[in-house]
Amino acid sequence: MSDRVSVAKTYKLYLDGKFPRSESGRTYPVTDSAGGFLANASHASRKDVRDAVSAARKAFGGWSGATAYNRGQVLYRVAEVLEGRREQFAAEVAACEGVSTAESSAIVDAAVDRWVWYAGWTDKIASVLGAANPVAGPYFSFTVPEPTGVVGVLAPQSSSLLGLVSVLAPVVATGCTAVVVSSAERPLPAITLSEVLATADVPGGVVNVLTGRADELGPWLASHADVNAIDPTGASREARVDLAQRASNTVKRVLTVPADEPDWTRRPDISRLRRYLEAKTVWHPKGT
Amino acid sequence: MATASSPAELTDATRDETSLSRFLQGLPGVDQVGVEARAASLGTRSIKKAAKLWAIDTAISMVDLTTLEGADTRGKVRSLAAKARRPDPDRPDAPPVAAVCVYPDLAATAVEALDGTGVGVASVATAFPSGRSSREVKLADVALAVEAGATEVDMVIDRGAFLEGRYGYVFDEIRAVKQACGDAHLKVIIETGELATYDNVRRASWLGLLAGGDFIKTSTGKVSPAATLPVTHVMLQAVRDWYDATGQLRGVKPAGGIRSTKDALRYLVAVHEVAGEEWLTPELFRFGASSLLNDLLLQRRTQHDGHYSGPDYVAVD
Amino acid sequence: MSVWEYAPAPESRDLANLQPAYRPFVDGEFVDGSGDPLTSVDPATEETLAEVGTAAESDVDAAVRAARRAFEQVWGPMPGAERAKYLFRIARLLQERARELAVLETLDNGKPIKESRDSDVPTAAAHFFYHAGWADKLDYAGYGPDPQPLGVAGQIIPWNFPLLMLAWKIAPALATGNTVVLKPAETTPLSALVFAEICQQAGLPAGVVNIVPGAGDIGSAIVRHPGIDKIAFTGSTAVGKEIQHAVAGTSKQLTLELGGKAANVVFDDAPLDQAVEGIVNGIFFNQGHVCCAGSRLLVQESVAEELLGKLRARVSTLRLGDPLDKNTDIGAINSAEQLAKIRELTASGEAEGAERWTSPCELPERGFFFAPTVLSGVEQAMRVAREEIFGPVLSVLTFRTPDEAVTKANNTPYGLSAGLWTEKGSRILWLADRMRAGVVWANTFNRFDPAAPFGGYQESGFGREGGRTGLEAYLHV
Repeated sequence: MSDRVSVAKTYKLYLDGKFPRSESGRTYPVTDSAGGFLANASHASRKDVRDAVSAARKAFGGWSGATAYNRGQVLYRVAEVLEGRREQFAAEVAACEGVSTAESSAIVDAAVDRWVWYAGWTDKIASVLGAANPVAGPYFSFTVPEPTGVVGVLAPQSSSLLGLVSVLAPVVATGCTAVVVSSAERPLPAITLSEVLATADVPGGVVNVLTGRADELGPWLASHADVNAIDPTGASREARVDLAQRASNTVKRVLTVPADEPDWTRRPDISRLRRYLEAKTVWHPKGT
Repeated sequence: MATASSPAELTDATRDETSLSRFLQGLPGVDQVGVEARAASLGTRSIKKAAKLWAIDTAISMVDLTTLEGADTRGKVRSLAAKARRPDPDRPDAPPVAAVCVYPDLAATAVEALDGTGVGVASVATAFPSGRSSREVKLADVALAVEAGATEVDMVIDRGAFLEGRYGYVFDEIRAVKQACGDAHLKVIIETGELATYDNVRRASWLGLLAGGDFIKTSTGKVSPAATLPVTHVMLQAVRDWYDATGQLRGVKPAGGIRSTKDALRYLVAVHEVAGEEWLTPELFRFGASSLLNDLLLQRRTQHDGHYSGPDYVAVD
Repeated sequence: MSVWEYAPAPESRDLANLQPAYRPFVDGEFVDGSGDPLTSVDPATEETLAEVGTAAESDVDAAVRAARRAFEQVWGPMPGAERAKYLFRIARLLQERARELAVLETLDNGKPIKESRDSDVPTAAAHFFYHAGWADKLDYAGYGPDPQPLGVAGQIIPWNFPLLMLAWKIAPALATGNTVVLKPAETTPLSALVFAEICQQAGLPAGVVNIVPGAGDIGSAIVRHPGIDKIAFTGSTAVGKEIQHAVAGTSKQLTLELGGKAANVVFDDAPLDQAVEGIVNGIFFNQGHVCCAGSRLLVQESVAEELLGKLRARVSTLRLGDPLDKNTDIGAINSAEQLAKIRELTASGEAEGAERWTSPCELPERGFFFAPTVLSGVEQAMRVAREEIFGPVLSVLTFRTPDEAVTKANNTPYGLSAGLWTEKGSRILWLADRMRAGVVWANTFNRFDPAAPFGGYQESGFGREGGRTGLEAYLHV
């Protein structure tokens, strides 16, 4: 009696709500921490970046225009689906990151909790960062935070799930849309997370996930005129200066990030949400 | 309801009550903060030297020297008339005022006192200041003034009817008064202090213009607030817009609360810059005032003499 | 000849207490800068106002060292309540010397005295008052307990609101515990150097504020100085990009307040007369030298003709001339260079098919002046609809529907401000949501207040000035 042969998954990109291969046709082998073959990942190209940015831009109006409550519901739904696939994520994280199943389970739990934390911020951050401005005149002046637009995220290279969730969730919680370049060596949890997003009612294009090299794709994101902000976390230290310089060409918001990948298990604060929000001040006279 | 002289669009506006309401409600709104900011900003104009002298003399010539008290007597009116035709006896070059403004029963006294001087006699009428009487009584009031020889009639609109939205009723009343005026010029007092909003001031201004008022006038002086700069801005804009639409020049008269030369200059700046320089004439702009005249005379002396004058040097009314 | 010519009503030039020479202010003292002196010119007469000593790189270095020392030894450790009292003192001193500063600002910049008197100087004082109060209340600003200052801030400001931009920069920096090295614009350094004197009069500890006049090279020296922790810049988008490029990869924090091409959107149900005022204020305030100027008028087709008629009539009443005259509405263009740029862009609009209407006002024989100009029939594709003119030139475009208005208003890489004119409340909120701009003025324009955050989206920069939000630019958050 022979063991059942498992059905292996082809890992593809997540772009505009669909799972296409890279337009370049390139793939690269992904191995586990011991060097064993896990899968072939799509090796995204600059044209995939271009397509992802245009999908993210197209999705921005709807996602940023949705009610904060609705975004919260959708993001909480992501956490629900994540929770249901804990074992799959634990297995992938263990394989990618070379940690024990117990450790990877804890990482997955933390990732789910992190997502829940950010999901709850959607309809609160405006009241924390916004204000009614006591101006010296007969005007009502108020300030509201609004999402900055399309964010290019170079996800952490080491922490394939918790790190990814920690950098992606704040982007979408604010109402921005994202083009994510996953960890190059550990991309599988990112694609599996994409499946979760696709089944959790996150509109297509809100999150686009490219697997490949941050240092290859980052410059295209940083120089793309339709990208509003860049998170260079996953870029190599050498590449970050170049990214920031390219970003200056269209006055992009560039996140200040620590030189080394931080400990993602630490309690987050709202600084990432803040970076993706623009303060808009509105004035109107008060009169009869 | 229609008037003969208005262009077609405006004739349509007065076809019936519904058209009139639609027209007046459809006028662009007036933003309170915006118009008050504009008035305050024009209020900072600095008028000096020759420009100031010219303005003082022009302002004197625009004064409707007014007494509207229950205690008015013929003697008081005669004294006012003397002041009106020669405001500063020591300085015969000081111009006479535009008119003397009195209650209808004293119009005859004023007419007699001012005979041949060129100074007009304005009489308030139409159950001034409240306007709370029947149309018959109001028209009789007008007839009294006109028969006494008043050259100008200052009527009040029925603010109650206006605020109820019975614009047609107010329109008809103004038309009837206009007819009763004959050759006398009609000033339509809209009593801005009771209209509550600038939107209403604009509507009432247009109503007065549509119905044939030669002037639109802010106030009776019996209601606070009386004339204000921003209200006058709205009314000056209305006569400007009326001119642009019809080619007809109509006047504006702020009344009440204008006491100092500084105030008067601010109004003239508004006339100059909101309506236009064509309006800088007593034919098209008046001040309804009493104490203003003496301050203008004092300032006039200061300008001419190069030192400050004092109240004992100008005649009390 | 008008029926009534206003006689000249000039504010006295002597009030400016103009000195023959001004010097850089470093470590609490006025010093001889090692740079080549520059001359500051009255743009209304083209006459030299004063000689101004400039900083060389060595002076910038000395200023940064002084600021560092002051930060570490005095200002940083000082309790917020004590810092606050210095800021309150500065606010009062600005008010006390308001008339002098207003005249000086008008001489140096060319802006009408009524604007420097009624807007620039009082608002500058208000900024110090507002931020003084924050100095001992930062725990409540929403950045966690005991938020920490960044250190030494390098600040570079433009020539359009010399003193006001200084206040926008220095007040929040000092309130949050930073020290500053500020470079005023090359053509308008005088009020900043009088401000330095005010710092002395306020007894502000040496090194907390340093003022280093100079040209672009000194700005660049500040941007590149390794001893500076934060750069705050207000100016053109082109220079902003250079600065962002230069600080890329360093640990310097950066905020930028850059250019704009704001749309002023007028619907057919707008309060038209006030809309006209707002349009005039939006583009002709400060000769249009305003980054948030409403330089594109988007008017609904159904009222376009009526509005343009009213607008031209109103613009014809604007009084252009001697900036010191209290009745002047439009002063001088700040420099010959800027005037040339305005002329070139306006000519390009005409060449591309826009219809030019210019106010029939007389121009003075001397000085840099440009008559208020309205270009109608402008299309989005023309340069005058896309490039910042930074002068008294309005481009008029039309739209038919709210969606079209939004699309056209947002069709620019800038995103600093927008104006909306309609009496329909729900439409205002709908539009305000959709404007990709940091400041939206509905039924008003060009309102500024220290309590209200100001700053742009996209290529208009990042970071905010004013309000609780504005403190973020000078704190570790």
